[in-house]
Amino acid sequence: MVKLASEAEAAFSSFYEEMKTKGATGLRSAAWDAFSSKGLPNRRVESWHYTDIKAAMSKPAPLAIGRAGVETARTHDSIRLVVLDGIFRPDLSNLSALPEGVKVQSVRDALAQGTPGVMALIASADVQTDDALLSLNAALMQDGVILRVGGGVTVEQPIELASITSSDEAQSSFTRSLVIMGKDARATVIETAGALSAASIQDNQALIVRLAQGASLNLFSHATGQSEALVRVMSLVAHLDERATLSAYSLIEGAGLLRRQIFARLDGERARVAFNGATLARGRSHADTTLIVDHAKPNGESRERFRNILDDTSVGVFQGKIIVRPGAQKTDGVMQSKTVLISDSATMNNKPELEIFADDVQCGHGATCGRLDKDQLFYLTARGIPRKEAESLLIEGFAIEAFDGLENEALRNFVSERVTKWMSGRTA
Amino acid sequence: MLEIKDLHVSVGEREILKGLTLSVKAGEVAAIMGPNGTGKSTLSYVISGREGYEATQGEVRLNGENILDLDPAERAAKGIFLAFQYPVEIPGVATMTFLKAAMNAQRRARGEEELATPDFMKRVKDASAQLGVSQEMLRRPLNAGFSGGEKKRMEILQMALLQPRLAILDETDSGLDIDALRVVADGVNALRAPERAFVVITHYQRLLEYIRPDTVHVMAQGRIMRSGGPELALELEERGYQDYIAQEAA
Repeated sequence: MVKLASEAEAAFSSFYEEMKTKGATGLRSAAWDAFSSKGLPNRRVESWHYTDIKAAMSKPAPLAIGRAGVETARTHDSIRLVVLDGIFRPDLSNLSALPEGVKVQSVRDALAQGTPGVMALIASADVQTDDALLSLNAALMQDGVILRVGGGVTVEQPIELASITSSDEAQSSFTRSLVIMGKDARATVIETAGALSAASIQDNQALIVRLAQGASLNLFSHATGQSEALVRVMSLVAHLDERATLSAYSLIEGAGLLRRQIFARLDGERARVAFNGATLARGRSHADTTLIVDHAKPNGESRERFRNILDDTSVGVFQGKIIVRPGAQKTDGVMQSKTVLISDSATMNNKPELEIFADDVQCGHGATCGRLDKDQLFYLTARGIPRKEAESLLIEGFAIEAFDGLENEALRNFVSERVTKWMSGRTA
Repeated sequence: MLEIKDLHVSVGEREILKGLTLSVKAGEVAAIMGPNGTGKSTLSYVISGREGYEATQGEVRLNGENILDLDPAERAAKGIFLAFQYPVEIPGVATMTFLKAAMNAQRRARGEEELATPDFMKRVKDASAQLGVSQEMLRRPLNAGFSGGEKKRMEILQMALLQPRLAILDETDSGLDIDALRVVADGVNALRAPERAFVVITHYQRLLEYIRPDTVHVMAQGRIMRSGGPELALELEERGYQDYIAQEAA
């Protein structure tokens, strides 16, 4: 038994003792060993260099317990599945609206049953990562949703996985949800991470996505929060077979510390991924997007386009790594991160990386960081648009660029409205 | 309408305008001609209020009011319009969103009601038809991927919609072929009115065949060196700017 040094790790250890009584002992103990051999990453761990998660999680609050009587407002026209304070809540979800060919199961039930095939899906070990926070998530997962879309099924209405924290007391929650899509299945999933209270919340959530041959998933993720005391780690683990397509868009409204990390493995020929998104951060918030796109087979395509807008003393992080494995010829990858600093005191850290082990590939990356364009500002103000309004127009336009190609018009409008609302909340 | 007296303007450490005096009356079209690098664009920027173009001496009055302390948006609301030599591309901002924001911001600043969407749409449709601005252009982000001619037409479209009192055209003819030049000139001529003044900045006489000026001013060394009628433009076309450049060297 490894000796755990910190208060945090001692707390996690007691959570582990509790959770391992709830099934999936093998899965949990492997994950716990992986976590506890390293502990929470400090800043000397390269992938966590810009986000001091060890300091942020130094004092974990008690494990979340589900609660009753909470009303959650709907923001999307969707079939909604709600995970509240770490627990999947069928009573708050509209399961009856699920179309033919779509099945939902709670992760808690699946873990209790322990069916080996399902455990393998939950563990998702074929997307290799050695990320400690993801291991911690697997060791301590409380609940989540398993959403299966059958082969050949097309789901028209978006399905929303809403993960919400409501507690007024400090709490820690660990959830893991899965989206499993059969051959040639098509669907749109909206992933929302919201907080109804300003309590000190530590939330570690993972979304496992598996796309079989020819499957196509549009994924829209939206994270918000209300508190400087929020610490949220959102991991997306995606595995794609041949010709599968994942188009992911995210809108991150920074609050407290937020780390979104993406691990994608393109494990079949001609698989395609696109990760796009905008991050808005102000106050003292810290917003980190870290992704690893792993091209394992030939003719894959990946596109990453991120926009960061940082105000006040906020800190942004973008780390993007594209790996092209030996034999993954004709891989086509383009990664771009652009940042506008609205305040002199905001900080952006950009770290794009390419690891290419095949010789016939096209991969590029670009990262920029600057202020609003003075020529553009003058042009707008010279037409009579007051400076503040002109800045908002430019910022909105800049953010919206990340959502070019998002076909769902309601979601596009949603992004516009959120960005406009965010800009109207500027203090300076 | 526009009174500029002994205007000195510096950009950084360098003085560009060195005691420029110019008067333009309502209803007048004043052409400003001069060699490259003589401060013509600086003049357009200082009138419209661009940051970094500081007047160190002198004054600029619009209908008697000193405008040098106003920000660009305030000046625009008072009726100043600059048609840019190089209109900037703004990829994230939809052209229609921009047009509506500009028109309504000016209306608000003047205490007028904002335009209702149908009224706004009709105005844009009418003005764009006259200027050969296609619906497709209006659907794109502002100036993004527009050709030189399309950008200039978009400038004139904005001018037609905003109905300024003083319009400054900065090298509007640059980069235009003859057909585009005619469309742009027709657009300007359609806006000529007794209560509106134009300052047409150009390097060549060609534009002035289409937009007939009332007065012509030769600018060199950061000053107006000579003023006259339309015949002065023809003289410049024949003799070039050598007389004025020679003076500069002296």
